[in-house]
Amino acid sequence: MPWFKKSKAPIASSEKKKGQMPEGLWTKCKNCEEIIYSKEIERNLNVCPKCDYHFRVSAQERIDLVLDAGTFVEMDAEMMPVDFLNFKDSKTYKERIKAAVKKHGGGDAVKCGEGDIDGMKVVVAVFDFAFMGGSMGSVVGEKITRVIERGLELKAPVLVFSSSGGARMQESILSLMQMAKTSAALAKLKNAGLPFISVLTDPTTGGVTASFAMLGDLNIAEPRALIGFAGPRVIEQTIRQKLPEGFQRSEYLLEHGMVDMIVRRQEMKAKLSQVLKIFTKS
Amino acid sequence: MQFFLDFEKPLVELRKKINELRDFSTDNVDFSGELKKLEKKAEKLRNDIFSNLTRWQRTQLARHQARPYTLDYIENIFTDFFEVHGDRNFRDDPALVCGFARFDGQPCAVIGHQKGRDTKAKVYRNFGMPNPEGYRKALRVMQMAEQFGLPIFTFVDTPGAFPGIGAEERGQAEAIARNLREMADLKVPVIVTVTGEGGSGGALAIAVGNKVMMMEYSVYAVISPEGCAAILWSDGALGPQAAEALKLTATDIDELGCVIDDIIPEPEGGAHNDPVAAAASVKEYLQKQLAELQKLSPEELVEQRYQKYRAMSRIEE
Ligand SMILES: [Zn+2]
Repeated sequence: MPWFKKSKAPIASSEKKKGQMPEGLWTKCKNCEEIIYSKEIERNLNVCPKCDYHFRVSAQERIDLVLDAGTFVEMDAEMMPVDFLNFKDSKTYKERIKAAVKKHGGGDAVKCGEGDIDGMKVVVAVFDFAFMGGSMGSVVGEKITRVIERGLELKAPVLVFSSSGGARMQESILSLMQMAKTSAALAKLKNAGLPFISVLTDPTTGGVTASFAMLGDLNIAEPRALIGFAGPRVIEQTIRQKLPEGFQRSEYLLEHGMVDMIVRRQEMKAKLSQVLKIFTKS
Repeated sequence: MQFFLDFEKPLVELRKKINELRDFSTDNVDFSGELKKLEKKAEKLRNDIFSNLTRWQRTQLARHQARPYTLDYIENIFTDFFEVHGDRNFRDDPALVCGFARFDGQPCAVIGHQKGRDTKAKVYRNFGMPNPEGYRKALRVMQMAEQFGLPIFTFVDTPGAFPGIGAEERGQAEAIARNLREMADLKVPVIVTVTGEGGSGGALAIAVGNKVMMMEYSVYAVISPEGCAAILWSDGALGPQAAEALKLTATDIDELGCVIDDIIPEPEGGAHNDPVAAAASVKEYLQKQLAELQKLSPEELVEQRYQKYRAMSRIEE
C-alpha cells in the first residue's frame, strides 16, 4: 500500500465500507502538491483544504451533496450498453463494458433519478467519470433524454451534472446521434417553460459539451474544471501553438461568456436552491 | 492538375490508353474491335476495384480532391441562388456556405460546408472546418427559412468543426449545441445530404433533419479515423484500421436502420467522375423526400424529426 495516493480523488466514505483497506491514508493534491490526510479532504467534500482544488467525485457522492437526504429515487439503474458494432481496439467493447460494470456497477456512465433540493422536486442526471471516462453512448443519451422527458411529465426542473470526455467512439455514429437526441429533448423542455440547469465539472469536453452541457438556461461550473469542445492536445497539434495559461478552464469560460457562474462545491446546493426558487413557480 | 487515388490509377491508365487509341482511329485505321475489348476490360476493372473497396478507400473517396462540393451541387441542382454572409456578431465564415435559391422553382434555403480545391481556396475555406460564427450564420439562415416557410436543404462535407483557440473562445461547443436544439424545433422541412465527409459534431450541427441521406461514397462518424486511431493506439497513421472499427460507410450506417433514410447512388467510379450526373442523382432524391415532407404540417414536421432521433439507440434493459 502506498503511503499516499497520487492525484486521485479519495474514495467516498459511502463506497468504502465494503471491508476493503483504505487505498491511501494520505493524498497528494494534484494542484498544490501538498500531501494531506485523506480523511480531511473527504470531510471537505473532496476539495483540497489548502488550495480549493476540486477532486472528481462519484455520481453517488454528488447526489448526496446536492439532494435532500433520502429523497433520491433512481431511474433506469440497470440499463446496459450493447456492442452492436463489434468494436475492437486492444480490447473489445464487450470486454470494456464488462470490466466497467464489474468495477462500477450497471447503469453506464450516468446516474439518473428524481429527488428534492430544499423540498423542491427536481430531476437529475449525474455523470460518473470513472465509468469509461463518462463517455456518452446510447445508454447515456437515452438516460439523459428520459430524465428530460421525466421533467416534462412532472413539470419539474432538470439538472445535469456533466463530467465526460465526450462521445463514446465504440458506438460510432449512434453515439454522435445522442447529441441530437438529448438536445431535441431540451427544445421540448424549453418550449414547456421548464428550467434546465447544466453543472459542468472537471472535465466536460467533446460531444457532451457540444450538446446538452452548454444548453443550460444557466451553465454553472465548478472551479478550475476543464471545459471545451476540442481537447487541448488536439488543438495544440492543429495550430502548433502553445495554449494560453488557464485555457479551457472554468474561469476562462466565465471570462468569455460561456458559463454564468462558478460555484464552489461547498456552496453548490445553496446556489441551486436559490436559482430554482427564482425559476419555478411555487 | 488532376489528382487520383492509388487504387484509381490502374483504371485511369487504361482510360488514357482507350482515349489515345480512339484519337488515333480517326485516321483511316479502324480500332473499333480493339476499343470494344478495352472498354469491356475497363468496365471489369472498375467493377473489381469498386465492389471491393475497404472502408479506408471509401473514406479516401469521400475526401477526394475532385469530388463535387456544396457550391457544385448548388450550381447543378438549384436556380436563382444568392449567398448571404455573416452571423451578425463576429464575422463571415467561408467554411459554411448559406443562402437562398429555388428548387424546381420553389423558394428554399441551402446550407453546406465548403472545401477549397487549390491551396489558396483550401486555406480560405479553412479545409471545410467551420468556426462558431459559421454555425451561427447557418442557424440565422435556418430560422429565416422558418420565418418565410421555406424548406431547408443542407449538404454535409467537413472533417469536423475547427479545433482552435479562437473557436473555443467564441464557444464552438455552444454554437454546435444550440444548432442541435434549434434545428430540432424548426417548423419547416429539413433535408440533409451527406455528400463527402460527415465529421462528427461539426457535421451534425447542420444535419438534424426530417430526412437524412448519404451519398454512396460518403462517410459519417463520431470521430475521424485518424483521430480515433490517435486515441486508441496513439498513432494517427492507423486510420485505415480505425475506419474499419468505426463502420463509417453509407452501407454500414444504413444497416443500423435508424440513422439514414436513403443511400444516393453515385456515377460509376464516384461522384467526381461525373459531377453533373451526381447532382442529378441527388436532385432526384431531394425531390422524393421533399414531396413526402410537404404532406406534413409544421407541428408534424417537428414531431416526426423528434421521433426520428428519439429512436436512435441500442440499449439493453
Ligand atoms: Zn491543493
